[in-house]
Amino acid sequence: MENITIISKGKVTAIVGNLVEAVSDGPLIQNGICFFQHEGKEIMGEVIKTEGNKAFAQVFETTRGFRGGMEVHFSGSMLEVSLGPGLLTRNFDGLQNDLDKMEGVFLEPGARTFPLDKASVWPFTPLVKSGDAVEAGDWLGEVPEYHLRHKIMVPFKWEGSYEVAWIAGKGEYRITDTIVRLTNAAGEEMAVTMIQTWPVKLPITRYREKRRPGKLFETGVRVIDTMNPILEGGTGFIPGPFGSGKTVLQHALAKQAAADVVIIAACGERANEVVEIFTEFPHLDDPHTGRKLVERTVIIANTSNMPVAAREASVYTAMTIAEYYRSMGLRTLLLADSTSRWAQALREMSNRMEELPGPDAFPMDLSAIIASYYSRAGYALLNNGKSGSITFIGTVSPAGGNLLEPVTEATKKVARCFFALSQNRADSKRYPAIDPIDSYSKYLEYHEFIGFAAREIGSSWIDKVDFVKNFLIRGQEVNEQINILGDDGVPVAYHEIFWKAELIDFAILQQDAFDAIDSNTPLKRQKYMLEKVIEVVNTEFGFDDFNRVRDYFKRIINLFKQMNYSEFKSEKFRDYESQLHHLITEKITA
Amino acid sequence: MMRAKAFQKIYCRLTNITKATCTLEATGVGYEEMAYVQGRAAQVVKIAGNKVTLQVFEGTEGLRSDAEVIFTGKAPWLPLSDHMSGRFFDAFGQPIDGLPAVEGREFPIGGPSVNPVRRKQPSELIATGIAGIDLNNTLVSGQKIPFFTDPDQPYNQVLALIALRARVDKIILGGMGLTRDDYLFFKHTFEQGYGQSKIIGFINTTDKSPVERLLIPDMALAAAEYFAVEKNEKVLVLLTDMTQYANALSIVSNRMDQIPSKDSMPGSLYSDLAKIYEKAVQFPDGGNITILAVTTLSGGDITHAIPDNTGYITEGQLFLRRSPEVNKVIIDPFRSLSRLKQLVIGKVTRKDHPQVMNAAIRLYADAANSKTKLENGFELSDYDRRVLRFAEDYSRDILAIDVNLETEEMLDETWKLFSKYMTRDEVGIKQEFTDMYWKEKQPA
Ligand SMILES: Nc1ncnc2c1ncn2[C@@H]1O[C@H](COP(=O)(O)OP(=O)(O)O)[C@@H](O)[C@H]1O
Ligand SMILES: [Mg+2]
Repeated sequence: MENITIISKGKVTAIVGNLVEAVSDGPLIQNGICFFQHEGKEIMGEVIKTEGNKAFAQVFETTRGFRGGMEVHFSGSMLEVSLGPGLLTRNFDGLQNDLDKMEGVFLEPGARTFPLDKASVWPFTPLVKSGDAVEAGDWLGEVPEYHLRHKIMVPFKWEGSYEVAWIAGKGEYRITDTIVRLTNAAGEEMAVTMIQTWPVKLPITRYREKRRPGKLFETGVRVIDTMNPILEGGTGFIPGPFGSGKTVLQHALAKQAAADVVIIAACGERANEVVEIFTEFPHLDDPHTGRKLVERTVIIANTSNMPVAAREASVYTAMTIAEYYRSMGLRTLLLADSTSRWAQALREMSNRMEELPGPDAFPMDLSAIIASYYSRAGYALLNNGKSGSITFIGTVSPAGGNLLEPVTEATKKVARCFFALSQNRADSKRYPAIDPIDSYSKYLEYHEFIGFAAREIGSSWIDKVDFVKNFLIRGQEVNEQINILGDDGVPVAYHEIFWKAELIDFAILQQDAFDAIDSNTPLKRQKYMLEKVIEVVNTEFGFDDFNRVRDYFKRIINLFKQMNYSEFKSEKFRDYESQLHHLITEKITA
Repeated sequence: MMRAKAFQKIYCRLTNITKATCTLEATGVGYEEMAYVQGRAAQVVKIAGNKVTLQVFEGTEGLRSDAEVIFTGKAPWLPLSDHMSGRFFDAFGQPIDGLPAVEGREFPIGGPSVNPVRRKQPSELIATGIAGIDLNNTLVSGQKIPFFTDPDQPYNQVLALIALRARVDKIILGGMGLTRDDYLFFKHTFEQGYGQSKIIGFINTTDKSPVERLLIPDMALAAAEYFAVEKNEKVLVLLTDMTQYANALSIVSNRMDQIPSKDSMPGSLYSDLAKIYEKAVQFPDGGNITILAVTTLSGGDITHAIPDNTGYITEGQLFLRRSPEVNKVIIDPFRSLSRLKQLVIGKVTRKDHPQVMNAAIRLYADAANSKTKLENGFELSDYDRRVLRFAEDYSRDILAIDVNLETEEMLDETWKLFSKYMTRDEVGIKQEFTDMYWKEKQPA
């Protein structure tokens, strides 16, 4: 937050937790940022309610030592982030302070650091010339930021149309240098640098229109790409009790997904999980560009021990950065773990404000807040005809693992993919524990995707996916029968169906996130394996004893697992594959 | 926190007294500041105009409305020094072992969080000799993990056993609602186990006010931070029983008219617990804090708000239960989890560790299904019978708390059982490992 103007001052009158009440001597702005003058430091807060000259502020840091009568300065701005080249690789807190620039091991109250680097120079290439007509969001020039060309745009806040009066030539500039001057309709000249600011709670809508998603967003996770696909610009959520694999799944997506930029909001969860990313991403390769993962990643860390009030800010900061990169025509992936912690922060505040509570004491407007957040994702057609996307996947941490709770229910209404993690699957180590029957992707019904799949994956792809899904349901039904009637109380053919469903489970659904090869399955390989599994499922084996069925399928499953652990089409892979064929022909010709 | 009285602001009129709090008119008071009300430690929890509400740690029974209130001008603190080793204190940092008070530098308790980018990734394995931990749910320094246990399990004995075996520099015991017997048990165990020079205790026994125990975790962790940051020591913090801590939280918040959330716990329970558990850390200069806690369950219900919120915060959980088949206490392979095990298993330990662990648990799960079949009166298949025998041997010879093995021995023993009861296909482990470790078939 730079260039803040103070519009009024006030005195603190009440303090409960991180809710502080103050009386102001002048105007107040809803959601305006304020600064508490505490022992020589400025502690930041946000006005969340006003009543006459009384302001209720949530404080973004500890209020320890705050006193009645303490001075507070109210600014004329809402919480804003700075946008410009150099965001990638950085680790921010929820208010976009650069955590690496902070001094010391502990986070000291009142410490603030600038999110970008003012000293570094960037090689700039203009994309427009004097006399060109432009408006907010239009690309004026670009600088290389690792693998991508970072666009310098007409600031999103600027209304109306402009003419380019002057633009800097190809050359090296700092982010604060003026690189373009624009003339507005009134003939005034305005300077553009490489940085602009934007209030996080408002969406950036400088695009022509939002389109329905249609293209597969490849994640390398089989149970997602094959069974419950998410699309570029799509939304999904992962509810699950603790330990069911939400974070591991999100990390897998961050590592493998076909995105240009990945933004991770670590919202109210464990610090060690972010440390894992800090530690690993500089060394891991982006499977799509071969560059280091860290180069496409921005982390917003507001872990559970960091200020509760900044949890809300953290998810909005992350979304705003995603929108910024989308405006450059890029595919961004936004991950938030966990959106429930954000909702809980809202609940804590709402309770302190003594607002009328909704279900489970969450604020009444929780649904609306979640819906409007999810609606900021999407596939956007930009003014220049290019497109960019934000694919958003949030986790939800339902109390007691019970999905009938307000955050899950509100999210289910807006997210198009539902990746439900099941306790049973996690308990039996069937990872990822995405329940194959309860989960869904609404995109399988999108005609845009049906067309895409037929064109790009295979003409009968969706039929195959449906076949496998239905088979899993049959497998479950048959399993229930076996459990009720006993192994020999059902026809042997039931055992065959059950074990074929198990094969689908072990070979397609289950995937070891910690195995270098198995963790990431490119779509081509997914298709190959799915077809191979379907081949087995469609084979009539005609067993005469249910014990044989299990023994036989254990061997088949084992060979499929060995294949999954081997480099695709390597000698080893081929070897297991031929063992598999052998095993099958042997059985059906016997 | 010493009772050194800085004679600053003194008031003597309480306008309101509840079971855990009192309110008075006062000015210039800091939020979270410590005060003494009629000699009892208290802390500012709310300021509204000139009305200040204090949480009275020792309870408000017998408080007079004209009680003397002295504000100390600072947030709760603790004097810390090397001389604390071997000593036991109460929730206010006063010795309870009959020895004189410890002098030291004053540190605030419940201080700021570590900047996440300054944390190092935990990577040191803490061996306990217990397979339910070392083999299946490996403990890593810098981790925070609770035992989920019914109150009748020997959880304090297990904590003490692990603490004595763990190679750490300090053990800090935070006892909340501890019976006097258990306090003395810990004290004697460490004295006899040569752990006395390493142990420091902050103890709230059941005869003390429940609200007092709200200070215990912050006290224990302030001391832990002192040794881990200032002395680069490896500190193991034992917190038992965090359920008692959370119950005290709910007493206070309900007295303050907060809207209770699930199970009458405060809506901020998650954040309150996270502030404690997140003190577990690997510091850049080698010091670290590992937290091993106890969360007692009521009737085994882990969907109750206390274990539920805990599970969402900690890096796994260890279920302590008695295995009826072998009549021994085990750490249940189901639902128990160490989220940091990935950082060490197959890396610090032998390469086959992750696969062996998972395969054994899968077979154990199969055995549970076979057992259900048996209970429902169905005939067992040959596989059912083999897997049941596997599970029994596995519980008795590997999982039981009283078995003490090196990790490699645990792996070898598991391979032995695989070979004894199963075929290679049924175990389903990567072939390179089966080729290396499969023991030749012994008659089952
Ligand atoms: N795909 C997977 N492959 C292997 N293990 C997994 C997988 N997903 C989860 N796990 C195991 O489950 C544990 C908990 O997963 P995590 O994502 O942290 O759960 P959550 O975020 O839902 O609480 C992990 O530490 C890991 O041991
Ligand atoms: Mg998680």
